[in-house]
Amino acid sequence: MKTTALLLIAALTLTACGNRLGGAGDGAVDLNAGAGAGGVVPGSANDPTSVAYFQQTVGDRVLFAVDQSTLTPEGQATLAAQAQWLTANPGFTALVEGHADEQGTREYNLALGGRRANAARDYLISQGVAANRLRTISYGKERPLQVCSTEACYSQNRRAVTVLAAGAGV
Amino acid sequence: MKRLATAAVLAASVLAGPLGSPAAAQLRITITDPTLSPMPFAVPTFVARNAEAGELAQDITRVIAADLANTGLFREIPRENHVGRITSFEAPIQFSDWKAINTQALITGSVLVEGDGRIVVQFRLFDVVSEQPLGEGLQFVGTQDGWRRMAHKVADAAYSRITGEGPYFDSRVVFVSEQGPKDARQKRLGVMDYDGANVQYLTSSDAIVLAPRFSPNGDKIIYTGYESGFPKVTLIDVASLQKQTVGGVDQNMSFAPRFSPDGGRVVYSAEVAGNTDLYLLDIASGATTRLTTAPSIETAPSFSPDGSQLVFESDRSGAPQLYVMPAGGGEGTRISFGEGRYGTPVWSPRNDYIAFTKQNAGRFHIGVMRTDGSEERLLTGAFLDEGPTWAPNGRVVMFTRETAGAAGAPALYTVDITGRNLQRAATPAAASDPSWGPLLP
Repeated sequence: MKTTALLLIAALTLTACGNRLGGAGDGAVDLNAGAGAGGVVPGSANDPTSVAYFQQTVGDRVLFAVDQSTLTPEGQATLAAQAQWLTANPGFTALVEGHADEQGTREYNLALGGRRANAARDYLISQGVAANRLRTISYGKERPLQVCSTEACYSQNRRAVTVLAAGAGV
Repeated sequence: MKRLATAAVLAASVLAGPLGSPAAAQLRITITDPTLSPMPFAVPTFVARNAEAGELAQDITRVIAADLANTGLFREIPRENHVGRITSFEAPIQFSDWKAINTQALITGSVLVEGDGRIVVQFRLFDVVSEQPLGEGLQFVGTQDGWRRMAHKVADAAYSRITGEGPYFDSRVVFVSEQGPKDARQKRLGVMDYDGANVQYLTSSDAIVLAPRFSPNGDKIIYTGYESGFPKVTLIDVASLQKQTVGGVDQNMSFAPRFSPDGGRVVYSAEVAGNTDLYLLDIASGATTRLTTAPSIETAPSFSPDGSQLVFESDRSGAPQLYVMPAGGGEGTRISFGEGRYGTPVWSPRNDYIAFTKQNAGRFHIGVMRTDGSEERLLTGAFLDEGPTWAPNGRVVMFTRETAGAAGAPALYTVDITGRNLQRAATPAAASDPSWGPLLP
């Protein structure tokens, strides 16, 4: 919830002339509002400075092998692109969430998620992102993305997700 | 949230005038006997000493019967098969009536509601074969809302006298109540009587809560809570529901807290820069000691009953295994050597076993081993069993069993130390992470 609110504020601050299009004073904020240049709608997935672009085009997550927190070459490439984006967009901080699949005990998986989140964070730092813009959290096996109990789902659940929020870091 | 009411058993006393020589009774169950067959018992409805006690007498009798029958060690002879009728608690027992239906243990009792609303429950236990009482008659006085507790006290006395094991029915369990879809599960802390009655919720579902543990005297619960947005060791007072973060305040993530047996210290895990280690917090002074420093994961600690040692889970060997070390820190000794991955060790209050979760060949098991790791024995096996907790007498284990797939959900189960009598525990909703509290006073 808090993240959503922050993102809305971020969209407002980043948009050149963020304005309300909600109509009859209902306070709604249109993320696509503003004076986009060259046909790019600010805040949309084709705005390279948008959260949606980060999620969809840069890629906001890296996946891990069973019980591993070692980054794959693909994961490193994704994180390098994330670092590049974060460098180009200094108005954001990131919370790196570590997750595990359900094949493990609850508390071990919390610790494993912590390892994965930190592996991703460390890589972002190695690519030039300031440490004070990054925080980590583990959800262990508490927040699976996919709910089936086979490897097809498990492989998507063993992940570290970089979640953006507005701000310059602490 | 409202304060929790406390059902009270105010006094227990021995009744005068045993009707025979207790020493002569032979009634005995050895729960580790592999050839054990359930002992037939009868518990005729307790005698109501006044009209107000009528319904209570029936309710109390049913709870006693359920406690004993659910152990799997006893088999109730249905009331419709009874030949004898107990109409006076003081009258001599006609043992022939009970022998005729092959009764071995007979429980008789009475219930009185006093003018001030307090209730008085009296009971006696008889060995029908030798026609002798087993132990003295007992009397419990308590508040009316504590009637279930008095029934559990009676059943506890009967269970202990016949098995020689400690009592455990008059106890509570803290657990995590779960609602909602698997990818957005809402969790809140609940406490209930060991048999699922009297459920009360301690937290709202706004934040994830995990793996609660009772303090040794049951007045507080410590757990991992996301109330701040990050997992933190959190202490909640059971009566006032006041919460505070107590461990790992300055650390990125703190979790897996457990009380020391004296209640004065908490051992927990904290994650710093990706590395999870064990820490010890002195509650009174707030002083924290780091117990492990390895780059591996150290978590799921559990104190030995004398407080001198800790068993915990570590992947320092490459996969999670169980280790024992002094409670002040130091070299850990590995105790698990079987195939598979071991986790969530819990030291028995009797100091004879450590219960654990084992993951092997795609299945999860609850098992027990001696405190040096010998005599490993698996009690259960399923898609996902985890997180054992000991009954106060160290003879029954409760744990979480979660079913597979998108509609999978957790439930609480119990199994006895021999692996017999696997049963689902009653909870109003899906439930996980049980922790058995102390025997109530």
